[in-house]
Amino acid sequence: MSPDMWVLLTGILAAVACGVIGSFLVLRQNAMLGDAISHSVLPGLVIAFLITSSRGVVPMIVGAAVMGIATAYLTEVLDRTRNVYRDGALGIVFTFMFAVGVILIAIYADQIDLDQDCVLYGEIAYTPWDVAVVGGKSLGPRAVWILGGVLLANLAFIFSFYKQLKICSFDPAMARAVGLNERLWHYLLMTMVSLTVVAAFESVGAILVVAMLIVPGATAYLLTHRLSVMLVLSGVIGAASAIGGFFAASAIDASISGAMAVVSGLILAIVMITTILVRRISAKRHVRASRENETAPVQSM
Amino acid sequence: MGEFWDLTIRFFSLADGNVRWVVAGAILLGASAGALGAFAYLQRRSLLGDALSHAALPGVGVAFLVVGYKSLPALLIGAAASGWLGALAVNAITKYSKIKQDAALGIVLTVFFGLGVVILTHIQKSGAGTQAGLDKFLFGQAAALGSGDVALLGSVAVILLTILVVGFRSFKLISFDSGFATSAGVPTGLLQFLLTTMIVAAVTIGLQAVGVVLMAALLITPAAAARQWTDRLSLMVLLSALFGALAGLLGAWVSFLAPRLPTGPWVVVIVSFIFLVSILFAPKRGIISRLRQHRHGRGKIVREHILKALYKLGEQDENWSGRYGISQIEQAWSFSHRELNAALRYLDRRDFIQRDNGSFMLTEDGVVEGARVLRRHRLWELYLTTYLDLPGDHVHRDADEFEHVMTPEMEAQLEELLDRPEYDPHHQAIPNIGREGTQ
Repeated sequence: MSPDMWVLLTGILAAVACGVIGSFLVLRQNAMLGDAISHSVLPGLVIAFLITSSRGVVPMIVGAAVMGIATAYLTEVLDRTRNVYRDGALGIVFTFMFAVGVILIAIYADQIDLDQDCVLYGEIAYTPWDVAVVGGKSLGPRAVWILGGVLLANLAFIFSFYKQLKICSFDPAMARAVGLNERLWHYLLMTMVSLTVVAAFESVGAILVVAMLIVPGATAYLLTHRLSVMLVLSGVIGAASAIGGFFAASAIDASISGAMAVVSGLILAIVMITTILVRRISAKRHVRASRENETAPVQSM
Repeated sequence: MGEFWDLTIRFFSLADGNVRWVVAGAILLGASAGALGAFAYLQRRSLLGDALSHAALPGVGVAFLVVGYKSLPALLIGAAASGWLGALAVNAITKYSKIKQDAALGIVLTVFFGLGVVILTHIQKSGAGTQAGLDKFLFGQAAALGSGDVALLGSVAVILLTILVVGFRSFKLISFDSGFATSAGVPTGLLQFLLTTMIVAAVTIGLQAVGVVLMAALLITPAAAARQWTDRLSLMVLLSALFGALAGLLGAWVSFLAPRLPTGPWVVVIVSFIFLVSILFAPKRGIISRLRQHRHGRGKIVREHILKALYKLGEQDENWSGRYGISQIEQAWSFSHRELNAALRYLDRRDFIQRDNGSFMLTEDGVVEGARVLRRHRLWELYLTTYLDLPGDHVHRDADEFEHVMTPEMEAQLEELLDRPEYDPHHQAIPNIGREGTQ
């Protein structure tokens, strides 16, 4: 496979993995979590670096994952005190953690070869050259393996616990009534999101991950009322954004991740405008129909 | 240590010209962001600042493309324009579709930022001039604030604060009850638009000084901290501005002591600390005070159950000067051992009971109190069976809870409604001791 195809495949895997799990964030009105995690992992990376004094992938991912999960949990704890609104809680937690990260970098500047954006913003264009080698044999880009694994893990999680996730997302009161531990499921979902975000960042960069967590899910949300359809659609829209962004980026010679995010936004805009127009037209048609047929009661609209 | 005090005195005496600029800038920025943030917080749009500060990136790129070099005014105007478009987009998405606020903010943040990255990388690769450092524009450098920057930042901040003070009543109206405001003829849409524009302005001037994330923090954290101390909007806005200004001042001080440490992150850490203190220690809403109230409430319930239990034991024996052991009290309700002992000690101290060798007797005051609790219990049982037609065996638990929260006024009303009853649904006498209008 050519390097370009590997990049495209990486992008699609990242977009679909983030899109399906992100749909739940959109439904639970917690869409900004991805953005928050993308900032709050910084101290985790610094601490992992200080402990292992290397930029090895495993310690970095562990450090980031701990902070990512901590962000979700701390926000939840603050939210449950009912002293702060949830969005405020999220903002307080992630800005604080990011600030601590920047200060740590400043303090250990002579020991750390880290820069606040270089670690956070992996670059998808370089992924084909970072190959996984097992037993002397090249198995293709590492990112493809990581993201493929993340995608499979997310799909397995959603398939196995579809019912629980569905009830907890739509009707927490109902979930409690049927004996589901709603809080436990929330924390499990947040853990999956954190792991997805962290694993995907490292290969394709924060901007693509955060965009794909929100935009495809929100677009799918406009198109259907059914969770199963929404999940499939968000995957399809994520993949379409990745493909469109890839070709757009090569056409104008710009950042591939950025272009993928922009294309997902364009798809959303088209869907939004179309649904508004369709709604207007069908409303007009109803009005006309009821005018022409005076015997039809207005309620039949 | 000597050096610490020397530096601190030099900092707070403001003798150093550079210090004066940084302090003025940090305080003004903190105060205006804090005050504006209070409104955003109450409208649950705290993360608007975060979204808009990311949405500024494409504007920076476009301004550079248009002007052709890194001109600060041009970049600022570009940042403000695209941040403002971002705010409009958030409003449009939530207004014309069923997508909620949080997702709308996320969409604008990522799509705009993505567009910014595309534009910047395009500039870089097409070699359209030295763009190095354009992306740094969003990350801020407070220590490098010059007098010109501060003059600009300060005048914008003063304008923002003035508008807030002048228009306070209108902003208050749209923050709490925009439906009412609209029907009362207040131009809600226009005011909301003005508020959003002011947040965009604050974000734009803050970006350069403290960066994207730290600007987001200044709009959220002081407001959330201020909310803990008061229920009044005017006080909250004032406190939020104060917290923001204080954090700005202290942040500048820390990075003056240790010049290697950047100002912005310290401002955020300090304001987070102010938030932590507020959420823990604020009177009434603070977590500690709420825990104490909770324990206090629980203690009262336990004490009332003890008095009621002793009263009922006396009722069986038809006199209230008998002594009863702790095991007889324990049977009455699900007490934990510790809270039972604590409550008994409390009641003994306040002379509601007399304690003697592990046995307990009600005092005169104790009898009155016990009778009062039991009266409320039985009145409530009677009310439930009479007016809600609940069966007699279903009302005991409810009365067990309600007896502790019933006010004297409610008790009097129940007495009147039930026509001063003598017996409860289980044909047990409703205690007369201490009853209003009886001796």
